[in-house]
Amino acid sequence: MQLAGARFTEASAIFGNDLSTFPSYPAEIRAPADTLGGVSTFQVHIADRDILTPGDHPDVLVAMNPAALKANLADLQPAGTLVVNTDAFTERRWTKAGYTANPLEDGTLDAFTVLPVPMEELTKKAVEETGLKGRGVLRSKNFLALGVLAWMYGRPVEPTIKWIESKFGSTPEVLAANTNAFKAGYNLGITTEVFRHTYEVKPAKMEPGTYANVTGNQAVAWGIIAAGQAAKLPVFYASYPITPASDILHELARRRNFGVRTFQAEDEIGAAGAALGAAFGGHLAVTGTSGPGLALKSETISLALMTELPMLIVDVQRGGPSTGLPTKTEQSDLLMALYGRHGESPLPVVAVGSPSDAFETTIEAVRIALKYMTPVILLSDGYIANGAEPWRLPDLEALPDISVPFQTELNSPDRYLPYLRDPATLSRPWAIPGTAGLQHRIGGLEKVDGTGAVGYDGPNHELMTDYRERKIAGIADDIPDIEVDGEEGATVLVLGWGSTSSAIHAAVRMVRHQGAKVARAHLRHLNPFPRNLGEVLGSYQKVLVPELNRGQLWRLLRAEYLLDCTRFSKVQGEPFKTGEIRDKILELIEA
Amino acid sequence: MTETTTRQDWQSNQEVRWCPGCGDYTILASVQNFMADLGVARENTVFVSGIGCSSRFPYYMNTYGMHSIHGRAPAIASGLAVARPDLSVWVVTGDGDALSIGGNHLIHAMRRNVNIKVLLFNNQIYGLTKGQYSPTSEKGKRTKSSPMGSVDTPFNPVSLALGAEASFVARTIDMDRDHTVAMLEAASQHQGSAFIEIYQNCNVFNDKAFEALTGKEERSENRINLEHGKPVTFGPNDEHGVMIFDGTPHIVEVAEVGLASLHVHDAHAESPAAAFALSRLAHGPFGPTPIGVFRDVPRSTYEADLDRQILDAQTSRGPGNLQDLVTSSGSWVVE
Repeated sequence: MQLAGARFTEASAIFGNDLSTFPSYPAEIRAPADTLGGVSTFQVHIADRDILTPGDHPDVLVAMNPAALKANLADLQPAGTLVVNTDAFTERRWTKAGYTANPLEDGTLDAFTVLPVPMEELTKKAVEETGLKGRGVLRSKNFLALGVLAWMYGRPVEPTIKWIESKFGSTPEVLAANTNAFKAGYNLGITTEVFRHTYEVKPAKMEPGTYANVTGNQAVAWGIIAAGQAAKLPVFYASYPITPASDILHELARRRNFGVRTFQAEDEIGAAGAALGAAFGGHLAVTGTSGPGLALKSETISLALMTELPMLIVDVQRGGPSTGLPTKTEQSDLLMALYGRHGESPLPVVAVGSPSDAFETTIEAVRIALKYMTPVILLSDGYIANGAEPWRLPDLEALPDISVPFQTELNSPDRYLPYLRDPATLSRPWAIPGTAGLQHRIGGLEKVDGTGAVGYDGPNHELMTDYRERKIAGIADDIPDIEVDGEEGATVLVLGWGSTSSAIHAAVRMVRHQGAKVARAHLRHLNPFPRNLGEVLGSYQKVLVPELNRGQLWRLLRAEYLLDCTRFSKVQGEPFKTGEIRDKILELIEA
Repeated sequence: MTETTTRQDWQSNQEVRWCPGCGDYTILASVQNFMADLGVARENTVFVSGIGCSSRFPYYMNTYGMHSIHGRAPAIASGLAVARPDLSVWVVTGDGDALSIGGNHLIHAMRRNVNIKVLLFNNQIYGLTKGQYSPTSEKGKRTKSSPMGSVDTPFNPVSLALGAEASFVARTIDMDRDHTVAMLEAASQHQGSAFIEIYQNCNVFNDKAFEALTGKEERSENRINLEHGKPVTFGPNDEHGVMIFDGTPHIVEVAEVGLASLHVHDAHAESPAAAFALSRLAHGPFGPTPIGVFRDVPRSTYEADLDRQILDAQTSRGPGNLQDLVTSSGSWVVE
């Protein structure tokens, strides 16, 4: 189903629609069939205008089996359209999904327009001549469903057929089966009277430019490659497979021609260690993971902080704690990113806001790491990682120069001082092995100011702790002020970070559409905060902080600014629905 | 660009702070002497260590160095060596650091054949934390954390390295500087991961642990010097020998079996089976124990294979172009 969803999305992107997707799948690779827990869904929102979210309530639901119907029917728009694979509605299967009667026959679906399609029977027929046999035959039914949708929405057929050719070219019978099933679905739409109307979604009016459809993980990977070029450093990416971050490793592993070195480590700690070793050697060192892996890496991150080596740690957050909801989204690692280390160990935290924001934000995180010689945590999440949206390509010729020169000469009359700080940034020099005359030793023991020798002296430890803290705090002078999308007279500000940005933006539009006034702001830098944040928050009567956690940013704001903001929490493994945030905003405005 | 250096050139300005009489001093001197003779540049040499007494080592070398965190040195060194194949990367670690908290990193570095040289100072005790039993302490050892005797079965580090697909495995003794230097020399000639277990005396918490191999009286009876291509013999007059049958090593008297029946050591044998059998002669250095190069076989290094893939990709696809990358799964223009 994920494949069919992705193809519909690509065809829509090529057609020129704005779009937003929300793939969701179970943690098990082959989850038990016909159970609610085993349902894999792909939600896609396409529009002829600028849209922000995958939508709260789909207009059309394609249900391949009773479990899929049961799991998703509640979300379908009132009077929405249901395309149902009738072959799957046997007593055994609808019983397994928890129905006590066949929902196709007992009136459950009366409020909807139901398009019954015997997908299995039709698929078998369509595939008959291809030579494909056995269980493989029914795998093509997703393409039949895709064909039906392509017709309903007037999607171009060619891109999908071409894609099927490129994907399945090596197995001719599968290629033929999928192509036939896709065409059969499309033709079914044309020829049967069941489909009385089609949806016409014209190309969206979008800002001029070249667009590509990207997922968050893809854009982070590309951002890492671009950051390497902008920093004039070779890229070293060390990672251990973990959902939902592995696609970054996959994408980078394909890009050897960019000189990218990927290192699939023996464990999360090994990945962090290998990255740190590469950083010591003068590479752009990155390690990627999700929450459980970030916990494992924390000791190594502290070493990076102590040795003041630049390193990027990407945390694609998922539902926690522990294994939690590994394939579902959450924003609950924020406090771990800020504070999840031993000792006084501040480091910069930057958060990706959406798939189309990921490229630029990744470069920004790398810029900070290099300029301030520090590990930086870049937060993404499962929703951003797997979701796709059109991204207007930046001018790649005009990427900022974020390179930092290596130290190549002595920085004092008679010796190299590895901890002699730049007075402006408090950053230490980066002298890499291979540089004659600058041999030095670094490590986890406290360093003596300047010389970097081992120092057990108390006042020196306090001085160094203070340096490390001020270095990170000072980055606030080097990041933009937070911008408010405000309205004169608004009393409520909605502040978000990370993947809630799209739902917040859409909710604010809805509220304004209803005639109420509301302001909105989005935080990219979570540590340090933009200089003007306290002032901005203080200028509103109420500040609403929607988060897919139990109020982690909310807690930080209260601690930092002594402000009584309003927490709005959701931890269901799913993004906010626009309507949920809209209702909360209206409630605050009216209160 | 090598220059002639002396041992002093390889000494850092840091005061060496091991306990007086520690075996680490001897190893440090051996390594510094060896480095001076090797003729590599100090700036192209990196020592990475973990945590423990031995892991202070990098501070005393006038090279690049990192004194990292407990057990992680092989991971950090792997990243460095893969990123910078031009460097000579050495790991200094101990029995607790390498085999307990860092066991996973060690075995994976071995199997990958990353070009790092691992010097494992094995003193069979936790020294820096003041005397607990380690993963190489003999069973029954009484320490602060095992007052009634340890119930842990120890690792045999050489067996472990051989099992981890190491392409170079050797063992030496701190006090025997010539032998130590010979092992360092062989390891440095080897392309890929090299593992050297160095029996190192902790005179404070586990003194005379290696007496069987270092004591004036005992050593000639117990030291089995492995030499490639030679029958394995030992004893003051080489009167003892080693035979391997059914995969098991047996100590025999040369006079009884004849020299021709003895196992002839082949460090370059493709199969590590015989080397493994030799490593099982002694489970702890309390009786006849082999030292020397157990295994030294050529295998391509991780970083060479990786760099070849990069070269191949750049040759076949051209150097990466960002514009092509970001449009690789399709793009469209909005006027």
